[in-house]
Amino acid sequence: MSTVQEVVTEAPVIEDAIPKKAMALGPVASLVILALLIATPLFVKNFIIFQMTMWLIYAIAVLALNILTGASGQFSLGQSAFYALGAYTSAILMEHGDINYVLTLPVAGLICFIAGFLFGLPALRLSGIYLALATFALATAMPQLLKLGVFEHWTGGVQGLVVTKPDAPAILASLGLKVSQDMWLYYFTLAVSILIYIFSVNLLRSRSGRAMMAIRDNEIAASAMGVDVSLYKTLAFGVSAGITGVAGGLGAIAVQFVAPDGYTIQLAVALFLGMVVGGVGWLPGSLAGAAFIVFVPNIAESVSKGLSGAVFGVILILIIFLVPHGARQIAYGAQGLIGKLRRN
Amino acid sequence: MPVFRSRAIAVSMAAALSIALGGSALAQKKYDTGATDTEIKIGNIMPYSGPASSYGVIGKTETAYFNMINDQGGINGRKINFISYDDGYSPPKAVEQVRKLVESDEVLFVFNSLGTPSNTAFQKYLNGKKIPQLFVATGASKWNDPKNFPWTMGWQPSYQVEAKIYAKYLMKEKPDARIAVLYQNDDFGKDYQKGFREGFGDKASMIVTEESYEVSEPTIDSHIVKMKSQNPDVVVSFVTPKFAAQTIKKIAELGWKPLQFVTNVSVSVGAVMQPAGFAAAQGVLSADYRKDGADAQWKNDEGMKKWSTFLDKYMPGVDRSDNSLIYGYGVAQTMVKVLEMCGDDLTRANVMKQATSLKDFTPDTLLPGIQISTSATDYAPIKQLRMMRFKGETWDLFGDIIAVEPNTN
Repeated sequence: MSTVQEVVTEAPVIEDAIPKKAMALGPVASLVILALLIATPLFVKNFIIFQMTMWLIYAIAVLALNILTGASGQFSLGQSAFYALGAYTSAILMEHGDINYVLTLPVAGLICFIAGFLFGLPALRLSGIYLALATFALATAMPQLLKLGVFEHWTGGVQGLVVTKPDAPAILASLGLKVSQDMWLYYFTLAVSILIYIFSVNLLRSRSGRAMMAIRDNEIAASAMGVDVSLYKTLAFGVSAGITGVAGGLGAIAVQFVAPDGYTIQLAVALFLGMVVGGVGWLPGSLAGAAFIVFVPNIAESVSKGLSGAVFGVILILIIFLVPHGARQIAYGAQGLIGKLRRN
Repeated sequence: MPVFRSRAIAVSMAAALSIALGGSALAQKKYDTGATDTEIKIGNIMPYSGPASSYGVIGKTETAYFNMINDQGGINGRKINFISYDDGYSPPKAVEQVRKLVESDEVLFVFNSLGTPSNTAFQKYLNGKKIPQLFVATGASKWNDPKNFPWTMGWQPSYQVEAKIYAKYLMKEKPDARIAVLYQNDDFGKDYQKGFREGFGDKASMIVTEESYEVSEPTIDSHIVKMKSQNPDVVVSFVTPKFAAQTIKKIAELGWKPLQFVTNVSVSVGAVMQPAGFAAAQGVLSADYRKDGADAQWKNDEGMKKWSTFLDKYMPGVDRSDNSLIYGYGVAQTMVKVLEMCGDDLTRANVMKQATSLKDFTPDTLLPGIQISTSATDYAPIKQLRMMRFKGETWDLFGDIIAVEPNTN
């Protein structure tokens, strides 16, 4: 029991240090990052663009987890299950239903929202590490469910499903712009990410967002103030799952392939890692967290092929020791530094 | 000349230009991206980390083998630059790494990438770019599909070929058998199970029960007890090494004595037979195309002597009973053979053409009589196996080489 209490009492302590409004970046910093995200692909190879696309996609998934854990205070190790559900929804609609890839994303989001909301209902009875375990079960079950013979006609069973990569719309070519498939997909993903980011920031600033944060900080106090605890908790689950589903759909389109082995518990752990490294409850940190899970394994591999896992672990431990609040801490440090310089 | 995009065009144009300027002496040399007068760049994907990391030894063996070739002067004067990346057995990561190989490292082709899901994930990409995906390290039968995927080729006998050989053997030797099949519920197990059923044709009723298990299950004892209740007298296990050891052990513990088959993925003496217990493993049947590195019968074999010298010098201290060492050596040798056949025409089209023109090639580490032959319509290099029985502490080969015509998709 003591561990649970620790988790519960520790969480608000971390949050105390950060003002509630500061879940997003300031306008200047946002615009600089946006400009960089728009301009970079014009100067790099298609392969790097592909990596950047994956980075954005994982950033969306990390952001979704951040809404759940950072805002409503619920743990989840099962995000890979919703990611897989979104990926398969998009893939199946595109390959079997011949539906345009753009339209498959809202469907993926909606299906995952419903799935997340429904899963949120029984999860209401659990909290802290018990909830984490229940979602863990979801993540382990998912790859096996995808292999079931009953669905094999649609899912392709263990062999997975190959997805056709979309071309840039013809209108761009007629305007004289040569946009490769990768570049188009990147900008498409970027547009979706921006939409989701704006939606999330506004959600957290709204009445619902405040209600979620009130539940995170003190459930009893929140319900005393008239917040419908169970509704907002399940809603947080639904929204988080829905956004993860959209990320999954984008992932399927970018990788051009879905298979059960791509959505194991390792993905869920990676997303959780991304959230912690980016800073729990700080939405822009999702970008930093996703960069960590996409690029650091490559760095680790280039250091030592045989010991890549160990190198990755060492980097992770260093980060947890030096900056326990992740990228948020660095950003705040930098902000403080700039403030000091200005005053001088 | 295949068509390439963006940077690839620039590079091949530059290459073409340098050939034109170089005069007649260079006129016969033809290169695509990834090959020059001094170097051939080969890409590879291996699960050095993750659930299938034990196969990483294959990548290490290949790296060592190409180092040996380079020390001997390379192939027609060109050194091999072997770039091998880790995908952790995850398809999305494999796609990222293969794109890095093609677009950033600019390899001539991808060789022996491991894993059915990973290879499926980038098969379309490589075929679209007309880049050879040679000798993939998976036994799925779908790689033999020259019509739809002319740039992809397997190497080892497919799981279905192997399963059909067991079916053939059983129909001949034990026509009244009551067979129980245990298989892993994934692409690997299901490919075997399908091939096995097909092998029996209208005699499939000999199979009395089929049990499947998930690779994540810690033990499969309950499945074995369940199979026993159907009272079969033959147990065929389409399972991976850990589970093969468990199966053999559990069957012995139950005091049950059916005729047992294991796949050649699970024939390692060190990793399967020893943990299962030699006493329990007596009489187990399987089939193989490789020699066994720990088996004394190959002590004076010419090919295995070469293999042994190679290990002494380039991989000292490895566990010789690991058959990934045999596999990696054999497939790397086949690759070197193809590159030798290419001569000075190192275009992707010619690499593929030579890979489909192998004729009765015998790598050092394959069983005597097993020959590699390919053609423009036959993308299955190895399609022969020999039956063997576990006796004492080694496998005893018996009977003739059995060949089965593989399915083309």
